[in-house]
Amino acid sequence: MSLLFIDGNQAVAMGAIHSGCRFFAAYPITPASNLLSAMLDTLPSAGGIALQGEDEIASIGYCLGASMAGMKVMTATSGPGLSLYSENISFAIAGEIPIVIVNIMRQGPSTGSATRGADGDVQFMRWGCSGGLPVIVLAPADVSDCFTLTVHAFNLAEQYRCPVIIASNKEIGMTSGTLDMERVEKPAVIDRTLHEAGPFLPFQVKIGEDVPPFLPIGGPILVRQTSSTHGPDGYITTNPSEIQAGVERLQRKIDSNMESFSYFDLEKREGARTLLVAYGITAGAARAAAAELSENQNIPVSLLVLKTLWPVSEQVLQAAAMGMERILVVEMNLGQYVQEIRRVICNQRVDFYGKMSGQLISPKEIIEEVTRG
Amino acid sequence: MDSLLNPDRPPVFCPGCSHDRSVHTLDRALKEMGLKGSDVVIVSDIGCSGLFDTFFKTHAFHGLHGRALTYAAGIKLAQPHLKVIVTMGDGGLGIGGAHFLAACRRNLDISLLVLNNFNFGMTGGQFSCTTPEHASVASSFLNLLEKPFDVCNVAACAGAPFVARSSVYRKNLPELLAEAISFKGFAVVDLWGGCPARYMKKNPLSPKEIESAIEKLQPYQGVISTNIRREYSSHYREEAAKDTAGVDWQGIEKTFEPTVKERREVVFLGSAGQRVITGGGLLGRAAILAGMNVTQKNDYNITVMRGPSVTEVIVSPQAITYTEVGKPDVIVALSEEGVRKCWGLFQKMEKEGRVILAAGVEIPTTDAEVLEVNFKAGGIKKKERALAALSLLAQTGDPVTLEMLREAISQSFHGKRLEEARLVLEKAATIPV
Repeated sequence: MSLLFIDGNQAVAMGAIHSGCRFFAAYPITPASNLLSAMLDTLPSAGGIALQGEDEIASIGYCLGASMAGMKVMTATSGPGLSLYSENISFAIAGEIPIVIVNIMRQGPSTGSATRGADGDVQFMRWGCSGGLPVIVLAPADVSDCFTLTVHAFNLAEQYRCPVIIASNKEIGMTSGTLDMERVEKPAVIDRTLHEAGPFLPFQVKIGEDVPPFLPIGGPILVRQTSSTHGPDGYITTNPSEIQAGVERLQRKIDSNMESFSYFDLEKREGARTLLVAYGITAGAARAAAAELSENQNIPVSLLVLKTLWPVSEQVLQAAAMGMERILVVEMNLGQYVQEIRRVICNQRVDFYGKMSGQLISPKEIIEEVTRG
Repeated sequence: MDSLLNPDRPPVFCPGCSHDRSVHTLDRALKEMGLKGSDVVIVSDIGCSGLFDTFFKTHAFHGLHGRALTYAAGIKLAQPHLKVIVTMGDGGLGIGGAHFLAACRRNLDISLLVLNNFNFGMTGGQFSCTTPEHASVASSFLNLLEKPFDVCNVAACAGAPFVARSSVYRKNLPELLAEAISFKGFAVVDLWGGCPARYMKKNPLSPKEIESAIEKLQPYQGVISTNIRREYSSHYREEAAKDTAGVDWQGIEKTFEPTVKERREVVFLGSAGQRVITGGGLLGRAAILAGMNVTQKNDYNITVMRGPSVTEVIVSPQAITYTEVGKPDVIVALSEEGVRKCWGLFQKMEKEGRVILAAGVEIPTTDAEVLEVNFKAGGIKKKERALAALSLLAQTGDPVTLEMLREAISQSFHGKRLEEARLVLEKAATIPV
């Protein structure tokens, strides 16, 4: 038996390499810097390219160019850098450019605390771009998830030609843990679908499909990419019905398939009247709290750990909440995802517990919150 | 070769616009070079220069304002055979200033055509980074207050190996553009022209006037010999090829039996420079040698070589869900500032707990057993104290043994560092406590 001793950021790097990522660019920012280091250590010797951009805008820009030229790409930052990514994330949505964006969240707002974790960007990742179209956000809870969800993130980015954000946290990214690679889930790697035959229009989908087949810039067939509102041919369009069909397709391609990538862990316990809901680093404390309450205090509690935050899976939430008297959402912020849960579970009691002090939420705090009733 | 102009989308610039001339000149250059559409990508910026890609039958990439050079860099690195041509206005150059400087310094094989018409034409004729101070533009008096920048001076200063300035009306412009595009490295061409819809309405500018304005400036005609150096993309690949080591993702093999049955929480409270985090990592590796699960969570200030440094190591034969220390089994207290940071932890300890305390460091009252260690008297330097304390902890066999620690050290360090670490262990064994 052998165990790796790595932190979440290194596990993301491993997942990226496993997925076939061969282009990475980022600007140094704590707590994402050691992911830049890991990619600089790994990619060149794997035949890939790792760059340090002159700023965050450039870093994601390099990635978008390389992705359109056919490479699997990733960038990594934290809240202040994610703010600078915003316009290019909108571009990746509009231009259907596959990219994995790792957000190692830290205490905000603004510069905040570079070396303190938080989950304060949860709504920002969903709504921080112009146009309001859906994005996919996956949230690892530990080092093992960092590997597995990174592979999923690449698969989704490639399959749906879209940006996928990995919502990590300083407390996951920079905390080391043991990882048994033989037991880690390694999803099969999926590559983007290539255009095969016939005339090529860069944003033309096949009948019954919502994702246009891809060809790289630089191949024998000419490819157009544009951030402007475009038709299937990749030229600007002002035709309202073409515009509406285009944005509806961008929404549909994510939303209509979302149940297939709604990742979660559900610990259902017999007789449970309370459902704990958590994600990210807080999932560990919630797991410990649920186990303690159920096993030692005779208060069975069920636990839902969400790993896909966006799009919100109403099915998953409703199924887990069914029959519960109380749903307690625990987050390392002042109450963000709880708004989604209140939206979906409207006829049951949904409570919130959270803080954003740079400290982890402890199992003890969660237990107190559950027993308070 | 044929023209690479797109027959379905002829240029749509305003009558008299110099961009129209630039489009046809660029096409002549590409034609003279014998390039096919698939050999070329036009990366266009925002504004009127952002229309360029639509007029050509080449690969095309049209992105955000001022960021064209970033996309171009990604494309060039991924597809090195492509001729990458960026069309950008003076507006894009201003907003993307950092990218322009970086591109000059980096020297990727990209050609940048700055379609310089001294204003933001599409948005109403506002001033840009190249608008002359005394021009009359749509930004009130603001341009009076700022000095326009000389694109070529900046490019040459930032390291671009090919810099040229020309009016769009020059007869030999196709040859100049062909030279820039053929150049193996970053080539900047500052192309001066007029915007009849906006700028020229209040600032008449004939081709002759443009020419004489250019003549008054330092001439730039291409290669800057002092900036000649290797092209980035090929240089990158060459350096990368030397890097064969990669990363060792090898795990740590289990060679010992677990020493504890339950979770143990060990906290090191020290200062930057005491190798506290390295010490915590060694403890973790030693525990993994017995197949145990480990987490290590660090806390330090952003000031790298000053301030408290705290590492929390949890060792457990079971899965570790929660990674923060609640009730430490062991505290290694090496410095005042580290202790002050976690003052409350001492009160949470039980009487089975142990504190390894550097002599002279003040700690709060605690139920735990305190082992005061005089590292200084034992000849243990500041940077060796975390490891020395760890070896004292390992003497108790909980949560790791000295044998496990020795093995972790020999797997983690090499050469001189390994010898030093072994010496620390020897010295620690004789330390007065």
